[in-house]
Amino acid sequence: MILGLDAPTQGSVTVGGRRYRDLPAPMREVGALLEAKAVHGGRRARDHLLCLAQSNGIARRRVDEVLGIVGLEGVARRRAKGFSVGMGQRLGIAAALLGDPAVLIFDEPVNGLDPDGIHWVRTLMRELAAEGRTVPVSSHLMSEMALTADHLLVIGKGRLIADTSVDEFVRSSSQQSVHVRSPQAAELAARGREAGATVRAGTGPDVIDITGMDSAEVGRLAAAHGLTLFELTPVRASLEEAFMELTRDSVEYQAAGVTR
Amino acid sequence: MTGATIAPAGPDQRAAFHAATFGDALRSEWTKLRSVRSTFWALTVTVVLGIALGAVISAAAAHGYARSSAAGKLSWDPTAVSLDGIGIATLAIAVLGVLCVSSEYSSGMIRTSLIAVPKRGRVLAAKSLVFAAVTFVVGEATSFTAFFAGQALIAGHAPHAALGDPGVARAVVGAGLALTALAVLSVAVGTVLRHPAAAIACMIAVLFVLPGIAQALPDSWRNPVTEFWPTQAGGQLASIHQAAHTLAPWPGFGVMCLFVAIVYAIAWTLLNRRDA
Repeated sequence: MILGLDAPTQGSVTVGGRRYRDLPAPMREVGALLEAKAVHGGRRARDHLLCLAQSNGIARRRVDEVLGIVGLEGVARRRAKGFSVGMGQRLGIAAALLGDPAVLIFDEPVNGLDPDGIHWVRTLMRELAAEGRTVPVSSHLMSEMALTADHLLVIGKGRLIADTSVDEFVRSSSQQSVHVRSPQAAELAARGREAGATVRAGTGPDVIDITGMDSAEVGRLAAAHGLTLFELTPVRASLEEAFMELTRDSVEYQAAGVTR
Repeated sequence: MTGATIAPAGPDQRAAFHAATFGDALRSEWTKLRSVRSTFWALTVTVVLGIALGAVISAAAAHGYARSSAAGKLSWDPTAVSLDGIGIATLAIAVLGVLCVSSEYSSGMIRTSLIAVPKRGRVLAAKSLVFAAVTFVVGEATSFTAFFAGQALIAGHAPHAALGDPGVARAVVGAGLALTALAVLSVAVGTVLRHPAAAIACMIAVLFVLPGIAQALPDSWRNPVTEFWPTQAGGQLASIHQAAHTLAPWPGFGVMCLFVAIVYAIAWTLLNRRDA
């Protein structure tokens, strides 16, 4: 929709104040990586990039530059249908970089990539953002987003659910808990409950999880009652857990019979 | 949500750039066309079929001339005979024209193309113009070669034509022009149908199957079809002898062009309206 490929039922999107269709040289302002293989398989990688560069009046040498940036110089003369998922992704990123744009949109950039590829894409996106570019990334992979994103927009059922930083998101929408291992776990649990915290049995007889208190409070509580602690770990909810909690009501297709 | 905005962050220190032009789109489409193998093969088939088939048909027809009836001798059109091969070669142009759009849909390339050039009409215009220009050059080269080869084979066995004879130059140039109109038609059909197999089937139906079926119909049905069927009417431009129930060369070509314009307008509208 941002790129004018699909028409919204309502509303409009502008990039830098203009509709995408009205940008004088769109690739110079916005670069986009859509699904990896939006490429004609019979065309050589270099020709693919060349035809895109030409359409926006971008110099020919820039094609070789971006091939270098994504590490595809060696296969520039190979036809795209022989490319692996990772190579296809690199080619798509090269196309997005052609116009050296200030905004780079990445749609599910790490899907189907091997660990090396994922690391490379993540580093590249961070670098591009560090250069002062705006890099909107869409993804369903929460763990990946936790590593990559600064700012988070959560959309569910077509509505904007959250618009906040990643840290803020995790802090606000999840309950922190404290993981405790103590030879006197039973007594600590009782003291904790007295103080108003919720205590759940942990994975062993001497392990408990306390919510409603932070680790400092648990430590002080233990000291006050002369209890020994072997382990005291604040457990932060993962982005994924925070996400699940927040979107529980706005998931379109909920699996029946699965309790969370 | 109305009016979401994505603003570039930070100062923009990149060099100033020029707005993309229609010329840029033309260059891009030329690169696209020349960088896939199907282009080379389809054009080779067009040239080889157009010339070789034309030569075979010319030789065969010339040898049969002596035995043909008076009516057959009266309607003897050596120019049209030598250009007959191009009638079959049109299929290669039709397939290539359809493919240069529909392969973008089947591969997903269309989304990349429309991101690069979001003014969709510009993509279609550039694509058809480049393909029409290539077809025109290849078509004229084929048609002139087929004409001279055909006349050389006919000479000595039957009356043959020369480029200076009335209407002959028009017919030889016209064969290339009719091919060019067909090229534009096939790009438009590819845009409307988007699916390569469907679009190719549609072109075969328009070119060969439907006119063929019309031959089996009673005269009262067949004659108007033979007269006004766009691809057949357009083909009149390539013949000298005007058979019964056919249009004169230029009006015939006009019918073809009108038909192309209508399909093109539909393609233009659909391309702009549909989600890519």
